[in-house]
Amino acid sequence: MTIALDTPHPTYPAPAPPRPGGATLAARNVGAWFGDHQVLANVSLDMPAQQVTALIGPSGCGKSTFLRILNRMHELVPGASLAGEIALDGTDIYRSNLAVTETRRRIGMVFQKPNPFPAMTVSENVLAGLKLSGLKRSDHAAIVENCLTRAGLWNEVKNRLGDAGGGLSGGQQQRLCIARALAVLPSVLLMDEPCSALDPTSTRRIEETIAELSQQVTIVIVTHNMQQAQRVSHGCAFFLAAENEPGYIVESGPTEKLFSNPDDPRTLDYVSGRFG
Amino acid sequence: MTLIEAPPEQRDPSLTPPRTFASAERIRVRAFGLADAGELAGAFLSALALVWLVYERLTPLSGILGFWVCVYVAFLGIAWFVAREQRGAVVARDQVVRIVVWSGGVGLIVPLALIVIVVVGHGYHALRPHFFTQDGSRVGSLNKATDGGASDALVGTLEQVGLAMLISVPLGVTTAVFLNEIGGWLARPVRTIVDAMSAIPSIVAGLFIYIAVIRGLDYHPGGFAAALALSLLMLPTVTRTTELVLRLVPGGLREASLALGSTEWRTTRHVVLPTSRTGVVTAVILGVARVVGETAPLLLTLGAAHVFNGNPFSHPQNSLPLFIFNQFLLAQPSTVARAWTGAFVLLVLVLVLFLAARLAGGRGAGHIGRVRRWRLARKGLA
Repeated sequence: MTIALDTPHPTYPAPAPPRPGGATLAARNVGAWFGDHQVLANVSLDMPAQQVTALIGPSGCGKSTFLRILNRMHELVPGASLAGEIALDGTDIYRSNLAVTETRRRIGMVFQKPNPFPAMTVSENVLAGLKLSGLKRSDHAAIVENCLTRAGLWNEVKNRLGDAGGGLSGGQQQRLCIARALAVLPSVLLMDEPCSALDPTSTRRIEETIAELSQQVTIVIVTHNMQQAQRVSHGCAFFLAAENEPGYIVESGPTEKLFSNPDDPRTLDYVSGRFG
Repeated sequence: MTLIEAPPEQRDPSLTPPRTFASAERIRVRAFGLADAGELAGAFLSALALVWLVYERLTPLSGILGFWVCVYVAFLGIAWFVAREQRGAVVARDQVVRIVVWSGGVGLIVPLALIVIVVVGHGYHALRPHFFTQDGSRVGSLNKATDGGASDALVGTLEQVGLAMLISVPLGVTTAVFLNEIGGWLARPVRTIVDAMSAIPSIVAGLFIYIAVIRGLDYHPGGFAAALALSLLMLPTVTRTTELVLRLVPGGLREASLALGSTEWRTTRHVVLPTSRTGVVTAVILGVARVVGETAPLLLTLGAAHVFNGNPFSHPQNSLPLFIFNQFLLAQPSTVARAWTGAFVLLVLVLVLFLAARLAGGRGAGHIGRVRRWRLARKGLA
């Protein structure tokens, strides 16, 4: 069944306080289309709380599309549609009366390219989500320090809070984006190749940040870097798509198993670098 | 007595001599050297000589404009030839294009500078302080050029352009936001209509307000009717320029905002518009520039007073462009001088308005002003 994306939501429940340790995200039989072109078929995946789930696979197999379906960013593309079920702690985010803005607040996202708001300072960037999502939180200075510390950036920028966010280096900008996503108290954090535009040192810092955050929020990360998937993730899902066919999950399970003793020979070929 | 020297790491750093680097002379990349200048000067002189020979001696041509056009063309040809002989055909083409582009830039500055020089040169000597305080009610064509003033026209222009801004800037920015952020099936016809609007001759805008508002609604001519006509002219400029600058805002910023749980309105209000603030200010400046010198629509809508009237909503007003027009029409040496003075004041007024707009919102999006930084620091956020 294809879900109509523009159904109005009759009620807007008050923002629920985040559960410590994040929420469980589960996808059931997810399919996705751009116009008539199907890009995902029958994707089912559990992304348990307090764990980092890595989505791996060659380019163009639908990993990013799947990630964007998880927090309702997919529907922003004109002509995009989807099928299936995404459950956040058992609540279907597409069929329940959860407002789309509230869904996106609870399932935050960090993008491939660092995108701090250029018209805002470092501290305003961290607090931007409060203004944008209408979340009321007091003591802004403490929030700024807390989020920047958790994103591993506080020591580098504590004397530059009043400078423009665009003036930081690429790696710092990406950690600023993580801090910005944390400020609205998400239960899940989606990361779409967060290190692909960064140098090795910044990549290491972000990986440390991910490891620290995994106790607080559920993390789903798309990566093309096999070593990174091995380093940061607990569970792993291997996506694949044949020419002009929708992508699907070949195999998913604990990262260790996928990288050492996978069930499918294609998984072994991919993780050992023989294709893709 | 023995002097014991401290090990290097314990020495006072201020006492150690600064490290010097043996440095060669810096390489100056792409410097325009004496040889290049000489080459161009030589090409120009030979072009001048050649054209003079052909123009004045060999053919019965005459006319100063044609002469200089021919010199320019010959200059391009000779410069191309010299460069090709020395550095090859590719460099020669590059050289020719460089000269054309440079002369385009210079050609733009020359008329602008001439306008400013002529207006200032004609306008300054009849300017007295009371030009800004007295109105034109007690001066006629037999008065001296320094008699009376144009306070009525100055205030009228400021109020009419200000009112036109108040009408067209919110409307134009809203339309641009609609075209760029929302779009849909209505965007294309709206864009076409806005484009068509920008082609309306200004006298037609004045005529429209005259028929629709002054005759149709029986509203008296005055500042407000003039502002309506001006805002008709300003609206398409503001809308289209704002739309262009909104299109420059990266889509990634909108996505980042929406992913934080924002609504479309909050994204536009807090992310898109602040990011393109400089561009929106430019759009407003271009809109004001479009209308501040307009005379034609005011002829039909303003009612042409010479008495000071500060209220644009009642009784006729005057305006600077109309003041200039009327004074020139009187065709006396004193009134023509007064018209030049009006033109000079209008020029300065436009300059002041633009400088003020640039100072108010012209810095790039990444610039954090002093007031804002102070406000953030007070909350412990900077």
